[in-house]
Amino acid sequence: MTATVTTDPGPATSAKGTSRGSGGARRRMPRIPDRIRQGGLPYLLLLPAVLLELLIHLIPMIVGIVMSFRQLTQFFINNWSAAPWTGLDNYRLAVDFDAPIGEALLHSFFVTCVFTFFAVGLAWLLGVAAAVMLQENFRGRGVLRTIFLVPYALPVYAAVITWAFMFQRDNGLVNHVLHDQLGLTDQPSFWLIGDNSIYALIIVSVWKGWPFAFLMLMAALQNIPRELYEAASIDGAGIWQQIRKITLPSLRPVNQVLVLVLFLWTFNDFNTPYVLFGKSAPANADLISIHIYQSSFVTWNFGTGSAMSVLLLLFLLVVTAVYLFFTSRGRKGSRA
Amino acid sequence: MPSRAARSPMAAPQSFLWTRRVVLTLLAGFVLLPVYVMISSSLKPLQEVSGKFQWIPHGLTVQPYFDIWETVPLGRYFVNSLIVAGSATVLSVVIAVFSAYAVSRYSFRGKRVFTVTVLSTQMFPGILFLLPLFLIFVNIGNSTGLALYGSRGGLILTYLTFSLPFSIWMLIGYFDSIPRDLDEAAMVDGCGPIRALFRVVVPAAVPGIVAVSVYAFMTAWGEVLFASVMTNDETRTLAVGLQGYSTLNDVYWNQVMAASLVVSVPVVVGFLLLQRYLVAGLTAGAVK
Amino acid sequence: MRHLRAAAAVTLAISVAAGVTGCGGGTSSGGGSNESPKTLTYWASNQGPSVEADKKILAPELKKFEKETGIKVKLEVVPWADLLNRILAATTSGQGPDVLNIGNTWSASLQATGALLPWDDKNFEAIGGRDRFIDSAVASAGKEGEPPAAVPLYSLSYALYYNKKMFADAGITTPPATWDQLVADGKKLSKDGKWALGAEGSNLSNNIHQTFVLGQQHGADFFDKDGKADFTSDGAVSAVKQYVDFMAKDKIIAPGNAEYAQNQSLTDFAKGRTAMVLWQAAATTFASQGMKPEDWGVAPVPVPAGAPGAGKQTNSMVAGINMAVFKNTKNIDGAKKFVKFMTSDEEQKILCKTYGSIPPVKAAQSDPAFSAPELKVLRDTLATSAAPLPQVPNESQFETAVGTAVKELFADAAAGKPVTTDTVKARLEKAQQTMQQ
Repeated sequence: MTATVTTDPGPATSAKGTSRGSGGARRRMPRIPDRIRQGGLPYLLLLPAVLLELLIHLIPMIVGIVMSFRQLTQFFINNWSAAPWTGLDNYRLAVDFDAPIGEALLHSFFVTCVFTFFAVGLAWLLGVAAAVMLQENFRGRGVLRTIFLVPYALPVYAAVITWAFMFQRDNGLVNHVLHDQLGLTDQPSFWLIGDNSIYALIIVSVWKGWPFAFLMLMAALQNIPRELYEAASIDGAGIWQQIRKITLPSLRPVNQVLVLVLFLWTFNDFNTPYVLFGKSAPANADLISIHIYQSSFVTWNFGTGSAMSVLLLLFLLVVTAVYLFFTSRGRKGSRA
Repeated sequence: MPSRAARSPMAAPQSFLWTRRVVLTLLAGFVLLPVYVMISSSLKPLQEVSGKFQWIPHGLTVQPYFDIWETVPLGRYFVNSLIVAGSATVLSVVIAVFSAYAVSRYSFRGKRVFTVTVLSTQMFPGILFLLPLFLIFVNIGNSTGLALYGSRGGLILTYLTFSLPFSIWMLIGYFDSIPRDLDEAAMVDGCGPIRALFRVVVPAAVPGIVAVSVYAFMTAWGEVLFASVMTNDETRTLAVGLQGYSTLNDVYWNQVMAASLVVSVPVVVGFLLLQRYLVAGLTAGAVK
Repeated sequence: MRHLRAAAAVTLAISVAAGVTGCGGGTSSGGGSNESPKTLTYWASNQGPSVEADKKILAPELKKFEKETGIKVKLEVVPWADLLNRILAATTSGQGPDVLNIGNTWSASLQATGALLPWDDKNFEAIGGRDRFIDSAVASAGKEGEPPAAVPLYSLSYALYYNKKMFADAGITTPPATWDQLVADGKKLSKDGKWALGAEGSNLSNNIHQTFVLGQQHGADFFDKDGKADFTSDGAVSAVKQYVDFMAKDKIIAPGNAEYAQNQSLTDFAKGRTAMVLWQAAATTFASQGMKPEDWGVAPVPVPAGAPGAGKQTNSMVAGINMAVFKNTKNIDGAKKFVKFMTSDEEQKILCKTYGSIPPVKAAQSDPAFSAPELKVLRDTLATSAAPLPQVPNESQFETAVGTAVKELFADAAAGKPVTTDTVKARLEKAQQTMQQ
């Protein structure tokens, strides 16, 4: 158990000297015993976070994993310890892709992948577009910046229920515009059931998710040194070239984390599909989170639901690891 | 910091200006469309809301804005949400600051395990640990008498932990970008590490801390799944409580919209006030 | 060293986890106790126009109970969106109310958890005996042959609501009594942007309620004697097809109804866009949508032929709310007293009148209020021609699986895709395969 103050060589010596030496500094700080200050301090600082993560995230997750090995149907939820151990049965059920349950899970997995790809991609794209367009000061910039953050401030339930309201076939705004006013469709289309439902889901998800991307990207743009643009402009680069050569490359480090976080949140998103479609999503928009919810809370089979969750967790772990491996390697290379 | 953010002093070409106009107009339209629907629906009597959509509403009424308080104890839910989200935010930020400081300034065994584990919690599907967490709360309650289930305290603990990972991880980046010379100089002057943190690092990191606070607040403000199981009538939060406007036989569309707007106004105003910090703050953490 | 510590941490976590799972359940020792005889917690379902309204309605009654018995009832009105999940969480943890309302279709599922007090003869005796309640309502409180898991509290049944003016305009003098008449009338009514019948195509429960009744009329039960799913019998397929065909073939339901799940069909009815809906106690909703009582009429739900009755003449499911007691209550005697109070003749009259439901207590039905035209239809249906939904532990799975199949068939019909016996059978086949256990 050793901890040292990591510092650059220059001032480090003095800092170390101060904290370790027997000088006046220590005598003025009698509250924290020497040993703890040197060795235990970082652990002490981490302690609350570690305890909370254990209590709220890790132990429940382990319980969840334990659940996935038991036959936890309504016959046993009142007395868990009586639930029989089933070994890998729940997993077998979930990955038996020839049987309806496994098949539905696989289908739902693919739907989620497609949904996540487009939802994250579009949210990111809109975020970049808005951030780049708002980079320079002009009249109305502040107003627009505020407007763009509104979806982030509205309660999820209210936002999604409003979209559901707009997507109604007969009375909704979307068909009113597309069908009645623009005459683009012969028949008013369905958005909340049938084949179009995935578009509705993506649109709502992008609407709700893009302000976060916008915010992070806009912040990142402010750190690009002005001199870069000035130099480029002297070299005769036009504004489009500057965007392509300077602005977009500077966003790379932000994008690495932004895309990862958006991916994880979108993949696990439960609220949007649940409020939009209710307990049973149309086949085309049957996201995995809803699917797992149905498999555990609606059918009261928490063992199978947990097994599906664990599989999902493993998948996300692998994707994240691979993603971080490739993106970090690229970054280190370019930095060196 | 407009001077830093501004691009070239060269006049932008027409092609750029037009693209900007078009893109921003479309985006603003996209963002505001549902907001317009909310406002116009909230001003209609119930019989009219459920009719065919019309751009210009007939028969305006402000009655829904009075009714919302009667149908659902909106005021209580609002206070609950404020208490829960507020406390979760403050605690989350304080804890995240400590953790990020440790990770940013010290090298110790287990550091990598800590950061990786914290990040990996972002991958847990909420469904996986909803029931187990509930059970743990109930068991803690049974053995210690600490009422976590059904209380605001339990919800605060839960939400603050939800926002911890991203907050820690963002603050680590932010602290890393603050020159070490600063806190070391403070330590030379006789500050302990904790005092150096509060005297030097935290003030320098105010924008980042504000950004994390906003994120933590929004996380707690909007959560539905856990709140629906872990609260009761006394402690229910807004995110769940708004569902009370749709009952078995009626959906009070106009009131849902009115209530949503009413409760969002303070949040949007808060956003406006904090925006300048938020923008500056996200930078360093994000760039890391 | 490092590995050792990691291993120790994991062991600790697992042992904590095991501890949690181990003592997860509530007490299974049965019976309950009388440790705190002066208080009760009661979860009421949302029966009135809003949660707040319910509190105002119930508060004086609970006061009365407190005056009679000295027991203070802590009331929480739980919105429907949360109720089942809250009950599940309470069942799992043993931390719940003493007395609660449940949707009667959940009875058998919750009965299977063993968390609810069984209403055997002795317990029924404590609240005045099983005979006080109408049979169909008691049959909807648990598996046949076992003591019910709950006691009927508010009952309802389905009826046909029709718009008098639209009927008159189309030259129809009497509401349809058979499905053939309904379709024939429907074709007269469906024109000029108006439609004959409303449906909630995306509401799974409603789909189940409608197709279950049609199934009864075709002699299909959806479950065999051993409680095994049987969704693909000829009767079940015909029933589902008949229902979806109202939109697909007969074209008397507007295609837009395929996405309805928020009672939009009631709004359409109140606005005079559809002429009929099959619903349980819709009067208050029509009123809140601005419709006058003299504008609509009520008739029994049609049957294939003849008059409504038992078996193949069934024309409604037994809808309603049951009242249950958690076995691990610390005030078992008080809980029974409270159930007795809520099902007393007097309270039944007061509460059912307020909520527009039918008392499942025979004696309370004699009140003239329940002989008003609408309620009389509902009452007679309940007494003579209503059947409970299958009382099987995986009832909610059934609702989800078959309800979704009907929803998808409606979506097909609305999109103009063909709905044939084969496509119906294929959907039901798939639904049946997802049923576990």
